[in-house]
Amino acid sequence: MSGYPGYDPKSGFEKWLDARLPIVRLGYDTFIFPTPRNLNYWWTFGAILAVILMSQIITGIILAMHYVPHVSMAYDSVQHINRDIRFGWMLQPMHATGASMMFLAVYIHMFRGIYYGSYKSPREVLWIVGVVIYLLMMATGFMGYVLPWGQMSFWGATVITNLFSAIPLVGESVTSWLWGGFSVDNPTLQRFFSLHFVLPFAILGLVILHVWALHVPGNNNPTGVSVKNVDKDTLPFHPYYTVKDGFAIVVFLMVFATFVFFMPDALGHPDNYIRANPVVTPVHIVPEWYYLPFYAMLRAVPDKLGGVIVMFGAIAVLFVLPWLDTSKVRSMRYRPLAKLFFLIFVLVCIGLGWAGAKSPTDLVFATAVDEHGVATGFSFLWLARILTLYYYAFFLVILPVLGLVEKPKARPESIEKSVLKSNAGEA
Amino acid sequence: MRLSKLTASLVAAASICLAAGAASASGGEAVLKDEHFSFEGLFGTYDKAAAQRGFQVYQESCSSCHSMSLVAIRNLGDPGAPFYDEEHPNPNESPVIKAIADMFTVTDGPDSEGDMFERSAKPFDHFPSPFANEQAARASNGGAFPPDFSVLVRAREHGPQYIYSLLTSYEDEAPEGVDMRPGMNYNPAFKGGMIGMPPPLFDELVEYSDGTQASVEQMAHDVVTFMAWASDPKMEQRKRMGWMVMIYLFIFALLMYGSYKAVWRDVEH
Repeated sequence: MSGYPGYDPKSGFEKWLDARLPIVRLGYDTFIFPTPRNLNYWWTFGAILAVILMSQIITGIILAMHYVPHVSMAYDSVQHINRDIRFGWMLQPMHATGASMMFLAVYIHMFRGIYYGSYKSPREVLWIVGVVIYLLMMATGFMGYVLPWGQMSFWGATVITNLFSAIPLVGESVTSWLWGGFSVDNPTLQRFFSLHFVLPFAILGLVILHVWALHVPGNNNPTGVSVKNVDKDTLPFHPYYTVKDGFAIVVFLMVFATFVFFMPDALGHPDNYIRANPVVTPVHIVPEWYYLPFYAMLRAVPDKLGGVIVMFGAIAVLFVLPWLDTSKVRSMRYRPLAKLFFLIFVLVCIGLGWAGAKSPTDLVFATAVDEHGVATGFSFLWLARILTLYYYAFFLVILPVLGLVEKPKARPESIEKSVLKSNAGEA
Repeated sequence: MRLSKLTASLVAAASICLAAGAASASGGEAVLKDEHFSFEGLFGTYDKAAAQRGFQVYQESCSSCHSMSLVAIRNLGDPGAPFYDEEHPNPNESPVIKAIADMFTVTDGPDSEGDMFERSAKPFDHFPSPFANEQAARASNGGAFPPDFSVLVRAREHGPQYIYSLLTSYEDEAPEGVDMRPGMNYNPAFKGGMIGMPPPLFDELVEYSDGTQASVEQMAHDVVTFMAWASDPKMEQRKRMGWMVMIYLFIFALLMYGSYKAVWRDVEH
């Protein structure tokens, strides 16, 4: 590791501190870290996520100073933040759209991980920690959406907490335990606020584990070929990737700012500007866009317990993905069939989101008209069913079988070889 | 090349979000008119004259049934608000705002005797509600509850167009085949076509001091402008700040891209 000499304390104080608390060394080793030289922009979303997580925590702490977790005051306190608190009109949309931005970035980050086989040995634990982070993000985002106590807050909370009543024998007890009563009410709001405040710090802790688990095997890269020669294949993370990630972060912030300042309501539902009312059910109860694919899966199964199992199973399957994919080749760049099935998988996830936003009885396209003059045809329910089947098949059938039957293309000998100009056409 | 890929992916991702938002929004069969408002678009601001006229319409007509409880009288004089006065940036000292406050009577108390009392409103008071509670409002309105105006424009899909259409689409006679319940009014802009609210506007309902002809369409346009301000009073500040942020980030991005190119200039990757 001649290019990476490690931290060399110069001054007396640095030597003194390094012998007692090597925190500067920790920072040095974290940032002067051998990183493959061929990472593309898809690799910048990790840093983008770190920035948004910090933004969410900072705006969240300030919002919590003004928010009141009580059923009779929560709605008004959010309006108070937007109307009366200095810069509240900026902080509240930053926090609300920041959640959407975080999910947008995490989905890109996860698709990148799947495409380039970043979950494969020796990075299984890194991937699993990531899935736990994603699961906690889902819980945190859901509870955060309940806090403004609008109609979608209340009814979304009712629908999601009711899922637990599908558990055999203890379902009803578990649900009232979650509620702290016999319906979604003040105790529910208060515990959701408490958990919504604390879970991001659990996420932060897991992010540290995620980065730690990244630093043991090092980054994967677009070729999937392991680092063979540190001097030729890698560059120190700083300054090469701090500057590249920094550029990507600023570009992403422009997308973020567009939503915050010019369309703060685009990602939300207008019904959530209506005060929560337990006796009036909205026409369509829809979750935030980032849960829509799972909502579609939930409704695709006619049986309630079955729907819940299919929905949670869709995330659970990610935990065992490293062992489902039997191919030794990491990057799908060299797996023509896997690449094709992956692209279909991305479209399927988007299609599930589309189906989740629609009423199951709505038609994707009409084929005929029945005797009452009502159009009949291919409904979103059936679209969701077919897409759910593909979602599972991708993990449980396609990836295991492809690894055994697919003939991968030739891979470059090394990362360095793959980036030399003479080989440029290959990527 | 790689940059363009990233841009394409961000655009694709953003359009997914938008599609999801638009998709979750569908589901109403109501017929909306495509009225244009000054506050739309990236540079849109509230038309102050229209918002002031809209306040007059609200004051003289709507407020007899519709509350606006989250808005304080002083808010009318805030920056970006209909009655903002540059000479009196603090609305509590603005004579216009004080005069508006004097138009209202509010209940205060209890006093040292333990009694509630009436007094004329101050700029810090919120708009008084026409009914004591929802039950009283329903009892006076044939069972229907006139919604609060504070955030109404943001609480409806295509809020400005929806409310404008609702106010201007009343028809005296329901078309054949539509069964009207007694006391209901036909309005194709309302979901289902039947609405409890009788037509609230008719020509020359108010007399505008600026000489504008008070047609139903004009009053609807004005009151929607006022309601849009009430729903999103910081919109002008937000857009102005948004442009500064975008310019800042754009320059920042150029600098970062230049730094990136400089740092990587000798590295094939």
